[in-house]
Amino acid sequence: MTAVLQTAPVEAVAGYRLSLRRFTRNKLAVAGLSVVVLFLLFCFVGPLLYSTDQTHTDLTQVNLGPGAAHWLGTDAVGHDELGRLMYGGRVSLLVGLAAGLLATVIGTLWGAAAGYAGGWVDAVMMRVVDAGIAIPALFILLVVSAITTPDTLGLIVVLGLVSWLVPSRLVRAETLTLKSRDYVLTLRATGGTHGRAITRHILPNSVSTIVVAATFQIADAILLVAYVSYLGLGVQPPKTDWGGMLSAGLTAAYSGRWWLIVPPGLAIILVVCAFNAIGDGLRDAFDVRGRG
Amino acid sequence: METLVYLARRLAQALVVILIVTVVVFCLLHALPGGPARGILGPQATAQQIAAFNHEQGLDRPLPVQYVYYLGTLLHGDLGTSYTLNEAVSRLIEQRLPKTLVLTVLSALVGLLLAIPLGMWQAVRRNKPADYVITTLSFVAYSTPVYFLGLVLVLVFTQTLRWFPSQAPQGDTVAQVFADPAALVLPVVTGAASMVAVFSRYMRAATLENLSEDYVRTARAGGARQGAILFRHVFRNSLTPVIAMLGYYVPVLFGGALVVEQLFNYPGMGLLFWSAAQSSDYPVLLGCVLVISVATVVGTLLADVVQRIVDPRVKAGRT
Repeated sequence: MTAVLQTAPVEAVAGYRLSLRRFTRNKLAVAGLSVVVLFLLFCFVGPLLYSTDQTHTDLTQVNLGPGAAHWLGTDAVGHDELGRLMYGGRVSLLVGLAAGLLATVIGTLWGAAAGYAGGWVDAVMMRVVDAGIAIPALFILLVVSAITTPDTLGLIVVLGLVSWLVPSRLVRAETLTLKSRDYVLTLRATGGTHGRAITRHILPNSVSTIVVAATFQIADAILLVAYVSYLGLGVQPPKTDWGGMLSAGLTAAYSGRWWLIVPPGLAIILVVCAFNAIGDGLRDAFDVRGRG
Repeated sequence: METLVYLARRLAQALVVILIVTVVVFCLLHALPGGPARGILGPQATAQQIAAFNHEQGLDRPLPVQYVYYLGTLLHGDLGTSYTLNEAVSRLIEQRLPKTLVLTVLSALVGLLLAIPLGMWQAVRRNKPADYVITTLSFVAYSTPVYFLGLVLVLVFTQTLRWFPSQAPQGDTVAQVFADPAALVLPVVTGAASMVAVFSRYMRAATLENLSEDYVRTARAGGARQGAILFRHVFRNSLTPVIAMLGYYVPVLFGGALVVEQLFNYPGMGLLFWSAAQSSDYPVLLGCVLVISVATVVGTLLADVVQRIVDPRVKAGRT
C-alpha cells in the first residue's frame, strides 16, 4: 500500500513533464501564450515608455486622426487612444482573469460537492446548473444593469456568478469517475473524512481538467467583459476597458473615425483567441475532455 | 419501455429546472434595491407612495406567499403587465417572439449550411493548409464580440460598398419582415458567424471520430470510394450529434439575437428586452427571461430525446 502511495506523485510529475513537452510542441498554443505575454507587457509596462494623461480631458486635442504626436489619434475628450488601449487593457485583462478564475473556483467546488455527494443532492445541484445554463448570461447582465451599476469588484463577482456552470459540469463528471477509485475507498475505509477525500484526492487528480476549464473560462470572461460596457454595466469614465472604448467609439466610427474602434476590437479578438489557443493546447497536452 | 421511463425522467427533470428558473426570476425581482416600487416610481418617490404601491401590487405580503401567487398567475399564462407600455407582457412577447424566431432560425440555418460542409472538408484535409486557415478563422469568429462584428459589417457593406441597409426590416408581422430580404442580410450574417465557428469545429471532430471507426475501414477494404464512404456513412453518423448540439445552443442564439436586434434596430423580443432594461420595466424583463429559459429547457430536452431515438448507441449517460 505504501509503495503505491509513494509512486503516485513520481508518476504525476513525469506526466506533467510529458504534458509540458506536448504543450510546447503545439505551435498555436505557444503563439497564444506569446500573445498573452506581449499584451500583459503592453498594458502594464507600456505606459512607462509611452506616457499619456488618461484622467484629464484636453479639449484642444479632440478627435485627432493617427499621427506622430498621437499614434492612434485621440477620442472626443482628447485622450490619447494608444495610451487608452494600454489602460483599458489593464481593466479588461484583470477583470477577465479574475472573473474567469472566480467562475472556475465556484464551478469546481460546486461540481466536486455534487459529484462526490451523489444521489438526490447531486440531482438537485445539477438541476440548478441546468437552470443557470437555460438563462443566457447577457440577459442576466442586462437585468443587473437595470438594477445597479457595480464597481470593478462587483463586476468581477457578477461575471463570476453568471459563468461558473460549465466548469461545474466538467468537474462533477471527473469527480464521479475518481470517487470510486481504490485510493479514495481506502482513505474512507481507514477513517478519512469526506473533506479529506475531496481535498487530498479528488481535486488534485482533477487539476488538469480544472486548469483547462479555467483557461477557456478566462477567454470567455474577457469576451463577456467586452459586452459589459455595451450593456451599460461597465467601468465608469475616466476609467475604461476595451469594451468601453468600443462602445464609446460607436458613433465616431459611423462618421468615419474607424481608428477609434478597430484597435480595441482587434485587441479583444487577439487576446480571446490566444486564451482559447492556450486552452486547446493544454487540453491536448493533458489529454482531458473539455469543450470541443 | 426503457425509452418511456427515460422520457418520463427527462420530462420530470425539465419541469424541476423550469421551477428553479422561476425561483431565480422571482428572487431577481425581489433583489431590486427598494423593490420594484423604487424602479417604477423613481428616486423621487416618498416612502408613503412606495408603501401604497407595494400594498396595491401585493408586494407587502411574505415572500413565499408572493411566490406561490406568482406561480399561480404563471400557470394561467399571465406574465404580468408592463410598467411602461401598459400592456400584458404575454401579449407583448406574443407579438415580438415570432420575429426573433425568424431571425434566430435564419441565422441557425445559414450557420449550419456553412459549418457542416466546412467541418467535413477540414476533417478530410486534416492538418493541411485549408484546415489551419478555417480553424484560425473560426477562432477569430468565435472571439469577436457580436456587436463589433455587426459594426464592422455595417461600416464595410453599408457605408463603403452601399450593398445592404444598416437597419433591419421594420414590419410588424413576419410577412413584412420577409418583404425586405436585403435588410435581413447583415443581421442574419452577424448572428450566424459564431455559429459557423462553433459548429464547424463540432462537425470536424465528429467526422474525424467517425472516419477512424471500424465500419469505415471495412468499407474501404471492401473497395468503397472515399466520396461514397463520406456521404453515405460518415456524413449521416456525424450529423446526429451535431444537430443535437443545436438544442444546447439555444441560449447562445437568443443571446446573439439580443445584441443583433439592438444593433440593427430589429423590433423583436431582444429589442423589447433591451428597451425594458433601459426603463426598468421588470415584468417585461423577467417575462422574457422566463420564456427564453423555457425555450432552452425544451430545446435541450428535444436534443436529448432525438439523439436517443435516432442513435441507439446513446444511452441515458448524458443527464
